[in-house]
Amino acid sequence: MAISAFAVSDATAAPSMAAKPLSHRLWVTAVWTLIGFFLINLIAMIAAVITSSFASRWLRSWLPEGATTKWYFSAWSEFQLDDVLVVTFQVVFAVTALSGLIGVPAAYAMARREFPGKKLIMLLFLLPMLVPPITYGIPLATVLYRSGLGGTMAGVILANLVPTVPFVILVMIPFIEQIDPKIEAAARVFGASTLRLFTSVLLPLLLPGMLAALLLVLVRTIAMFELTFLVAGPTSQTLVVALYYAVFAAGVRAVQSIDAMAVIYMAVTVVWLIIALRFVNPAQIVTRAKQTKAH
Amino acid sequence: MSIAVDDEHISTRMRLRARGWDGVTLLILPAVALMLGLFIYPFLYGFWLSFQPKAGSLFANYARFFADPYLYETVAKTLWIAVPVTLLNLLAAIPVAFRVRLMQRQRWLTTLLVLPITLGTVLVAEGLLNYLGPQGWLNRTLMLFGIISSPVKLLHNYWGVFLSLVITGFPFTFLLTLSYVTGIDPALEQAAATLGAKAASRFRHIFLPLLVPGLAITFCLSFVQAFSVFPSAVLLGAPAGPTRVISIAAYQAAFEEYDYSLASAIAMIMGFIQLAIVGGVLALRGLFYRGPAGGGKG
Amino acid sequence: MTNNLNSFKTLRLQGVGRNFGALNVLKDLTLEVRRGEFIALLGPSGCGKSTALNCIAGLLPTTRGSIWLDERRIDTLGAEDRGFGMVFQNYALFPHMTVRQNIGFGLKMRGVAKAEAEPRIDKALATVRLESQAAKLPGQLSGGQQQRVAIARAIVVEPPLVLMDEPLSNLDAKLRLEMRQEIRRIHAGLGSVTLYVTHDQDEALSLADRIVVLRDGEIRQVGTPEDLYARPATLDVADFMGFRNRIAGVVTAQSGATVTLDVGGVALTGMTHGAVVGVGGNAVAAIRPDDMVAVGDGGDGLPAIVEAIEYRGRDYFGQARGPGDSELFFRSGVKLGIGAPVRLGAEPGKVLVFTGSST
Ligand SMILES: Nc1ncnc2c1ncn2[C@@H]1O[C@H](COP(=O)(O)OP(=O)(O)OP(=O)(O)O)[C@@H](O)[C@H]1O
Ligand SMILES: [Mg+2]
Repeated sequence: MAISAFAVSDATAAPSMAAKPLSHRLWVTAVWTLIGFFLINLIAMIAAVITSSFASRWLRSWLPEGATTKWYFSAWSEFQLDDVLVVTFQVVFAVTALSGLIGVPAAYAMARREFPGKKLIMLLFLLPMLVPPITYGIPLATVLYRSGLGGTMAGVILANLVPTVPFVILVMIPFIEQIDPKIEAAARVFGASTLRLFTSVLLPLLLPGMLAALLLVLVRTIAMFELTFLVAGPTSQTLVVALYYAVFAAGVRAVQSIDAMAVIYMAVTVVWLIIALRFVNPAQIVTRAKQTKAH
Repeated sequence: MSIAVDDEHISTRMRLRARGWDGVTLLILPAVALMLGLFIYPFLYGFWLSFQPKAGSLFANYARFFADPYLYETVAKTLWIAVPVTLLNLLAAIPVAFRVRLMQRQRWLTTLLVLPITLGTVLVAEGLLNYLGPQGWLNRTLMLFGIISSPVKLLHNYWGVFLSLVITGFPFTFLLTLSYVTGIDPALEQAAATLGAKAASRFRHIFLPLLVPGLAITFCLSFVQAFSVFPSAVLLGAPAGPTRVISIAAYQAAFEEYDYSLASAIAMIMGFIQLAIVGGVLALRGLFYRGPAGGGKG
Repeated sequence: MTNNLNSFKTLRLQGVGRNFGALNVLKDLTLEVRRGEFIALLGPSGCGKSTALNCIAGLLPTTRGSIWLDERRIDTLGAEDRGFGMVFQNYALFPHMTVRQNIGFGLKMRGVAKAEAEPRIDKALATVRLESQAAKLPGQLSGGQQQRVAIARAIVVEPPLVLMDEPLSNLDAKLRLEMRQEIRRIHAGLGSVTLYVTHDQDEALSLADRIVVLRDGEIRQVGTPEDLYARPATLDVADFMGFRNRIAGVVTAQSGATVTLDVGGVALTGMTHGAVVGVGGNAVAAIRPDDMVAVGDGGDGLPAIVEAIEYRGRDYFGQARGPGDSELFFRSGVKLGIGAPVRLGAEPGKVLVFTGSST
């Protein structure tokens, strides 16, 4: 198509702004004000947390009286953040690796084969993405506690796989579909064994898609509160659950200490988010199939 | 592969292969097993468990839920938060998506908006506790401009939960809406324009009908998220009062009363309400055109 | 709005230009079109044809210049206020409306009453022979049928100016010929101006009253089909009009329009329509493959070695390596073997000579 979105944008936004009626300009202004208002509040909210985490004393004023980093040290020891961070990374990396190992082959089969019952299996993978975690988390936690996995790290990892494996599958299916199956056929014709085919042909082709999918899984798992909260015990808490308990028990600790922990949590999430955004479109964190073909 | 394999074996394998079941297809089995074990089985188990009350007849849990106002009122309270928030987010997302669609560099905006989604509800709750508080920057700003004379109470009530759902829900709704809006071929709008349709007519006759199916899906996903609100209802709301949402009731049944049977029943009710609303919206969507929103070849 | 624009006598483009960022896609388009004219905009892919059309339709703001209907400036109006009809290169049919609703959309937007609209839609459907498809959605139609809906949708409002962007590109050869006739008839019936974009020279030649040849965003030549076919003004245009052979040489003699070139020791005589070429200067001869005839080895003509030959009904067409490693395309009555030496020649009246060296 010759006239890209570019062209319309010009056509609707630009042809001599002066000629556009006042109502149109008012409308545009109103919409931008709405976006601006939202963003300002969002940024101010985050800034408030960061400011507070460095505040020596902050009561009844716009800004704190002084700056200090002591809350980070106290938060680190009070909330045993070293333990929590170790658990968090263990859980997150295990979940990421397992969802890749289970999800990518399944996506490959779904993309390459037609078989009876495929629609039903697709539905099976779609449901955990549509049903919110708290809804299926309670029966899931019940089952895990009954089987002795409740409160353990294994239980937390298993619970987190429920939304991430389907996520990997749904991201990878369109990605694999756009890889020409003839490439694999050609490799076979040249006598590549199944293992060689996989390591030297498929893996390099799949890598960009896998990287994107797994980074998104990683970011989502760091922030996954509900499932971890329902299944975790005292030794298997991740950072976000620890943060919840700290906020829940607010009053026991200094606000700044909790805010320092929140900043640490934000830093961990945002670092991975920034890495992920190098490989994926931000919208992909919410929506799936369409953008995948951009790779 | 080996010649010694007997005929019967070969023919079974061939028959399976002819139907699409070969080695590659088997790669789905681990994922399917995981889903069956950790998603379908718990659901069925929970369903069964909900009919095994600690005391009383088969339906005792459900009877208790619908007899005890402390329990059944959670449904209305959750709906009272979830429906307005979802509608507000959706109604705001549509015009914003239409504007942003025209932007050439959307990435910085989408990146900013993705932030509250990735940070999650717990962090947003902690942030809002500070920001919306009586000494928080929002109240201070409002007082500075003389909009209010004394701080408004936005925490530990309905509005705290409402605002937190706007902060995390609006970006989600918006990004989904944007993906549907940008999926409509811009040539369709141009075609309508050359045929004499003004901006309002173009929206009404071209964009709206093509968007309805996507908006229905967006509504469903956003609603389901809002309906299952949990941490912010506890941290920012009044979890014993007006924001005692249904997930709090389920959580308390399971982890405070250790009545897994009742908790399962509440989870089933929660799932059923979501299903009913989603099913209703999708049925309405069936009345509209649902094909691809392209205007031309292929 | 449309009524007062409806009865214009001339459409005038005055130095119209358009940039995409730093890229100058359309340069100084100046053109005057009288009512009733059928204009073909001809040029290779990417030369700016669609851009020009979109600027006129109001879908793209122009960067420079102005567009006028008589004394009324229209480039400041939005597309919806110009009242032109447009057939899009990719159809742009409304996927959620039936064929009938698609065609009726323009009438509905203009507030035409149903009682008046229905017969007009029926007529448009009959014109594009889609009566039996009226209730279908565009997604259920073939590519060619969709293209015809797009045409019907544009003409049903009887616009004073119809813009068509390669409207026949997706049709099979037979239907394309039929639709050409139809478009010509529609044009005559409306008494309007039609601006027709194509990169198919046959289509341009057979349809247009005048052809505008566009290249790299610039008008290279404007003229009647006969003019362009026989007397392309530049080598570019000649190339586009099917003069595939370009043979570089040095002018050895000139009398009036007749020029003789020396091509690697062989004399080649042709005509020039443009500037006088000085003796001793470089020139390029352009010849259509059809007019370049193999005269067998030993006769007069450019010596060449046959590299490929194929039968195209009645005659053979071939490709040969000529003087200075040039690639020549020719016609032959008999089948020649690959690698055979031939002499290739053309009547002086069919050889066009342009100044300059070949590139
Ligand atoms: N939105 C745009 N942004 C940047 N460049 C553009 C844009 N639209 C078109 N161009 C460029 O402008 C030039 C002319 O494009 P145009 O679509 O007018 O070509 P065309 O003559 O219609 O070609 P075709 O016959 O293939 O349809 C091309 O080089 C194209 O790459
Ligand atoms: Mg074009």
